[in-house]
Amino acid sequence: MADGKLVKRAKYKTSVKVPGVPGVLKLTKERFYFMPNDPTLTTKLNVEFKLIKGHKSSKECSSKQALLNLTQAQGGNYLFEFDSFPDRDQCRDFVASAIAACGEIGKATSEKPAVPHDEQLNATEMGRRIKLLQENSELQKLHRQLVIGGILSEAEFWAARKKLLEQSENKKPKQRVALKNDMWSVKPLSDGQTNRVTFNLTPEVIHQVQFSAETKTLGDSSICPNLGEQSYLVGDGRYPVELVEIFAEKPAVRQAYLKFVPGKMSEKEFWTKYSRAEYLHSTKNIVAAAAEAAEDEELAVFLKQDDMLVSEARRKIRRVDPTLDMEADEGDDYMHLPDHGLPQGETKEILEPQYEPFKRSFSQYLNQHAAVVLRGRLIDVELGDTRSVAEAFTRTYQAEQATEVSDENAYRERVKKVSRVAEIEDLQGPRDPPVALLSIKDPRDYFDSQQANAVKALGDAETGIRQLKFSVSKEEAFCSLKDSISEINSQGLIEPIISPEVALKVFNGLSQNISSTKYHLGKNPHESVLDQLPSATKNELLLHWTSIQELLKHFWSSYPITTKYFYAKVTRLKDAMSQIYPKLQEIKESVQSDVRHQVSLLVQPMLQALDAAFAHYDADIQKRSAKSGERPNGFV
Amino acid sequence: MKFQLEDVTIYFPYDNIYPEQYQYMLELKRALDAKGHCLLEMPTGTGKTIALLSLITSYRLSKPSNPIKLLYCTRTVHEMEKTLAELKLLYNYQLQHFGPGARMLAIGLSSRKNLCVNPSVVSAENRDSVDAGCRKLTASWVRAIAVENPNIPTCSFYENYDAADKAGTSTLPAGVYTLQELRLYGKEKGWCPYFLARHMVQQANVVVYSYQYLLDPKVAGIISKEMERECVVVFDEAHNIDNVCIEALSVSVRKQTLEGATRNLSRMSNEIERLKATDAGRLRVEYNRLVEGLAQRLPAQDVWLANPALPDDIMKEAVPGNIRKAEHFLSVLRRFVQYLNGRLETDNVEKEGPVAFVASINTQVGIDQKMLKFCYDRLHSLMLTLEITDTDEFLHIQTVCDLATLVGTYSRGFSIIIEPYDERMPHIPDPVLQLTCHDASLAIKPVFERFQSVVITSGTLSPIDLYPRLLNFNPVVSRSFKMSLTRDCICPMVLTRGSDQLPVSTKYDLRSDPGVEKNYGKLLLEMVSVVPDGVVCFFVSYSYMDGIVNSWHESGILKDIMQHKLVFIETQDVVETTLALDNYRKACDSGRGAVFFSVAR
Repeated sequence: MADGKLVKRAKYKTSVKVPGVPGVLKLTKERFYFMPNDPTLTTKLNVEFKLIKGHKSSKECSSKQALLNLTQAQGGNYLFEFDSFPDRDQCRDFVASAIAACGEIGKATSEKPAVPHDEQLNATEMGRRIKLLQENSELQKLHRQLVIGGILSEAEFWAARKKLLEQSENKKPKQRVALKNDMWSVKPLSDGQTNRVTFNLTPEVIHQVQFSAETKTLGDSSICPNLGEQSYLVGDGRYPVELVEIFAEKPAVRQAYLKFVPGKMSEKEFWTKYSRAEYLHSTKNIVAAAAEAAEDEELAVFLKQDDMLVSEARRKIRRVDPTLDMEADEGDDYMHLPDHGLPQGETKEILEPQYEPFKRSFSQYLNQHAAVVLRGRLIDVELGDTRSVAEAFTRTYQAEQATEVSDENAYRERVKKVSRVAEIEDLQGPRDPPVALLSIKDPRDYFDSQQANAVKALGDAETGIRQLKFSVSKEEAFCSLKDSISEINSQGLIEPIISPEVALKVFNGLSQNISSTKYHLGKNPHESVLDQLPSATKNELLLHWTSIQELLKHFWSSYPITTKYFYAKVTRLKDAMSQIYPKLQEIKESVQSDVRHQVSLLVQPMLQALDAAFAHYDADIQKRSAKSGERPNGFV
Repeated sequence: MKFQLEDVTIYFPYDNIYPEQYQYMLELKRALDAKGHCLLEMPTGTGKTIALLSLITSYRLSKPSNPIKLLYCTRTVHEMEKTLAELKLLYNYQLQHFGPGARMLAIGLSSRKNLCVNPSVVSAENRDSVDAGCRKLTASWVRAIAVENPNIPTCSFYENYDAADKAGTSTLPAGVYTLQELRLYGKEKGWCPYFLARHMVQQANVVVYSYQYLLDPKVAGIISKEMERECVVVFDEAHNIDNVCIEALSVSVRKQTLEGATRNLSRMSNEIERLKATDAGRLRVEYNRLVEGLAQRLPAQDVWLANPALPDDIMKEAVPGNIRKAEHFLSVLRRFVQYLNGRLETDNVEKEGPVAFVASINTQVGIDQKMLKFCYDRLHSLMLTLEITDTDEFLHIQTVCDLATLVGTYSRGFSIIIEPYDERMPHIPDPVLQLTCHDASLAIKPVFERFQSVVITSGTLSPIDLYPRLLNFNPVVSRSFKMSLTRDCICPMVLTRGSDQLPVSTKYDLRSDPGVEKNYGKLLLEMVSVVPDGVVCFFVSYSYMDGIVNSWHESGILKDIMQHKLVFIETQDVVETTLALDNYRKACDSGRGAVFFSVAR
């Protein structure tokens, strides 16, 4: 592997089920070859990694085959079965780095290493990793060096950074696709010639069922004289968007569906009746609607006003913002006792009481529709059939009702909101800075970028250097710490822990101080040695420092060595670490003599840390060989 | 910020102040100094309310020896809530910067419908049934029976409050209480928030309630009777205060009212018969009381609506002898209802003055002016004697008695108008008899006389010199302020032609032209596609809005509009409209964007 080659026994398969062709898989950095054991077969492969887009592998468990699937950019894939999982994993890691390497060559300018897949990596996990790498150049360098360099596997690298990944996950707001504001119109489509009125209930459904409903003539023939026969296009039980919408906007229809279908009537009959009711509404003939409802009690359910909506409105009005509650006005108005005061300008349309339940206005429908769209998706649309959609809605509403009864909190929240709304923003002075979590992904990058600002701010100040109190005495620091601890003891943790002003001050001070060090190079006695070095050397040193840290972290976490896997890892790490020595030496030699001493001072702790690791490694090996001497048969 | 305005330190809860706010405060302060009334006009959106509240509360703080009380009148309950929310902001600021000395009690007051926390009562459909539901549980005679018979339901909230009141512990701690918070407090304590609020009105430093609690004698007689003179009364959004004054003294009677009144009368006569058989003593006690002309001291929960006539015009004397007996009174009312029924049978619009009307009643059914005048008091007394709790059923006879009392009390400033039908629907007979007040100064006169300063303010009071004449008072200050705009943020535009160069107008004969409808729709579509968040679109009437929205729906314009915004519509159903408004606000806040169709009134 170190020399960029890997050879393993494997079977090439066209699908998971077939036995496959046994042979040898040879991997290099640029391409992979497959030679079947039987030279007469023609299944030789010679594929460039450039053409490979990604890879998948089967889960590690004894009952399964050790599979590796390389997917081609143009579609199609290569499936290999290995004798053992470790073999497969080795190949997988190799392939991953090879693909990444090719990808990098391909898009060297984009600066984005194609992070190779791991186990069963899903796309989101992948995306998160890529995002982290993009945001943090240091991490990116480390990743390139260690993972693509083959020292650590992808999984190992990220295992140490689970927290980082989780953080980025938490911050992502969960967004869901809202409902479309399309009005599924109840307008009947009439071609005007054939006396047929068609309701297109479910345009998205492929298998539309067309049938003719029982011929009916409307009570009032003058309104719709041509209406002889009606036919309805009705869905076959799938649940297109429209059905979800009908159920959400018309709870009575939903309830009726649950009640009637399939016991009392079939799905078809149900929607036919529904369509008929919609048609009657669209004619705006209340008298006819009432007449039909009197004949057919199921139809009446659709024609009557939605009682559930009415009761829901009553419930909602209790929770409405009190600064626009017009119902409360009505409740306080003794001036307009029946027949007191002056008669109102516009009189309501007065209907005979028997027709009252059938009144339904288009505005009501529009308001309900907009309210439903505004609420967004309540249920997951990936549900089974119409019935389960209806049931899901009912459940959601019931759950809502149950929670609403007891929520005094929402009530208080609303009171708070009202006072917030009451403020006149224009007259308000500058606000306290809002609390935001400080999230600097790449400190060096950040402070470098802030340099200009910091220098500018300093330039504005007359002295050029703001005198910040850099150090406090030990006693002072201790006292301050003690104070804050006792404060927390007595009050508990308050949110936010420090006041935003203090936080902002500290943050500003910090970023100015850090960012401006370069500017004050040489003027400041507190200057660090690093900044006197040429930037290339400095960067190199820092990079080594971080990679040593990373390697050591992995190294030490592998002890005690309990499995073969750890052993292999430690060996790998050891090799990688041993390569650092000469590099550090090189740096030392490359710098000019006047700073060489300082560089060696810097390198010293790194070397010490490495030495300690090697010492431990050697001691461990010795102990092991001593042990294995006792038990000659077993080496972990 | 804190600043000095002549000799008063003003606590203003913002860091900046508009120049017109400062000027407004200055004028208001001078009016308070002079203990006179004032008239101030300042455009909407310049922070009138906060300037007013801030000045008056700071004035109170600066003159601790003679603290003034603020009665703040709003037109609607939601304005009341908004005012209280602003006051709370101010109060917190004052507490912070003035110290505990700034403590005060500020409450909003509304009807039982908005304050009741008893679930079995407040779930009733309208205000009148909530009022009646409350009386059924809290009337003194109901509670008296309940003491002996535990099966008679009472209201635990009222009982708890009453117990606390008797123990002298029923107070509200200092603070600002919106209606919602009063309810919350009542729930926590188990006290009735409505009666607590009514009780606290006397002690509160700031009371926010609606106009009618001061202007309508029916309500003011109960709530605001005992307010002290050292009050500053503010009428906010007062541009149609004259309307409110007129409406407070107007009554109209329809066929349905008279039918209902007849039903009420027969039920009352049944009750009287029953009472005669079981408890004749009660009727006798009432008769004796009426002979002696004793005003009845009623417990707060028994009071129904007060006399519709203004307090100064109510005669303090015994009820005339011929209506003292319950049966006699009922027969007088029967005759009166009959007379009104006869008057409604007209084919032409009739108009006459109260004097002629009273004279014709006297000649036709033999009821003189004095009997008419006492109708309200006599009815009220009878209903208490009969121990009627379902007052919501008796609104009709109440209306008839209010009419009688008003017409018997006032001989000028009123007209009787009888119309046989609504002029928009001449073929449908719908006769109505209205007693209309013409003189807005009548209802507001006691307010000007009783309180040291009355502030009338609004965004639009022009012409400002009209109001002193309408309401018959002499303001010490009458000023109008302009809004200071730091940038051009309003762009009014009058459109006369649509995008196809055809004229558009909402003129009656042009408005339902399909071309005009289409042009308006296109205009709206263009607006909603570029304007972020909220758009409000006004129509001339409900019927026009209905028509044009339907035609937009049919032509597909509505569908296009919905591609950009959610559509909410005002309807004549307040619940529906309130929910639509709430959703509209949510949609604007959340960035979804919406258009609200409304009717300009």
